Amino acid sequence: MLKKRIIPIQLLNDGRLVKSVRFDSWRDVGDPVKSSAVYNSQYADELIFLNVSRERRSVEDLQKIITDVSKVSFMPMAMGGGIKTAEDAAFIILNGADKVVVNSVAYSNPSVISTTADKFGAQAVIVGIDVRWDEERADYTLYSDCGRRVENVALEEHIEKMLQAGAGEIMVQSIDRDGTMTGFDVPLIKRAMAVSSAPVIAAGGSGNYGQMRDAFVETDVSALACGSLFNFSDSNPIRAKAFLSNHGLNFKKV
Amino acid sequence: MDTIGLLRMPIGNLQSAWNALYELGFDPEMVDENSDFDGLSHLIVPGVGNFKAVMEHLESKGLPKIIRDFAATGRPTLGICVGMQLLATTGTESGSTEGLGFVNATVDRLPGGKGLPLPHVGWSTVDFRRDHPVTENVKQGRDFYFVHSYAMHCSDEKNVIGLTGYGTDFASIVSADNVVGFQFHPEKSQANGLKLLENFCHWDGTC
Repeated sequence: MLKKRIIPIQLLNDGRLVKSVRFDSWRDVGDPVKSSAVYNSQYADELIFLNVSRERRSVEDLQKIITDVSKVSFMPMAMGGGIKTAEDAAFIILNGADKVVVNSVAYSNPSVISTTADKFGAQAVIVGIDVRWDEERADYTLYSDCGRRVENVALEEHIEKMLQAGAGEIMVQSIDRDGTMTGFDVPLIKRAMAVSSAPVIAAGGSGNYGQMRDAFVETDVSALACGSLFNFSDSNPIRAKAFLSNHGLNFKKV
Repeated sequence: MDTIGLLRMPIGNLQSAWNALYELGFDPEMVDENSDFDGLSHLIVPGVGNFKAVMEHLESKGLPKIIRDFAATGRPTLGICVGMQLLATTGTESGSTEGLGFVNATVDRLPGGKGLPLPHVGWSTVDFRRDHPVTENVKQGRDFYFVHSYAMHCSDEKNVIGLTGYGTDFASIVSADNVVGFQFHPEKSQANGLKLLENFCHWDGTC
């Protein structure tokens, strides 16, 4: 049986680690290389980096981060943010990342997913999906471009397209919960899980271990990605797993 | 001081394996068919991709003979992931292909199925079946990071040091004299993975 995973999610802006609230009001929270060394010693299951620099965003900016993080972190690493072509994705993987996270380009050009999956395997492609709850429509709306552009496609339809294109994992991120530390959007995770044959990673809202337990137990989600929880509190992956193991959840043994 | 050689492969990134060895206090050398293998104390054959394609690459460079000659001197030799699979007599990925033949084994596609997607990716448990110098001071039943769709089945139990289940039980650590193989990625398996690498680098090749 595959183990549940806890993944620190780290946002990058001009080489610094930042944290947002609802995809806005960025705060500097440190150095991504130092934090990755700490997460390695805390037995995080993998690392996800997203480049959220809104100006001049290019994959070349990620090269130095990958190189430096690879020297201190000995676990799988996913990188995304600003991937526009299959060449961008290949560049990131050949520089040492195990997986890429694609988001905006998945709407406009899903062939980036299939080309990358054909070349490196489906496990190398995570599709990130950012959503806000829309009260008027009483449904989720999907957003690309760091939460700035509305995409007119239903959540389920988009996930199915992404899997057909060859995505190995789906990461759903609630913009409403991002940085609020109010818990994961369990109904959102359930909807993604209902249509995804691939593992689902949920992001947005981590604030304490009880919320993680609720998300894992109520949805059977494969992995939780946590930003604020580890950025702003004394919490860490070791303590999280100790707590969650008491609730019957199965993690890697170290 | 031991000199660890890391064989360059056609695709994939060797940097994480190199970084892990460096972190452990070694200064590994990237080697290819033109390198001086006499100066190496240990050889590591990493590898990602397709069994047949990787074997064909090695043959085009005359590397199977170089690897066999190196191992024949008794110096410790390690295969990682596809590098381990190449130690087998036969691979079946993209048609039957002869391997390096250190271990009497075949490499077949995992069965997959419901709840067992392929490739097998993630942290899975390695059950140590017998003692070996490379597993010293690593606890039984720990998890290591796997990425593969094909796996090794040995004809002789004595070659199986570690066993992992994913729809079928397959050899996740094998050994034959001074040659060992890890199906998982020790360089991506944090402290326990690095301990296995360190043990290998301090091993004299005898059991």
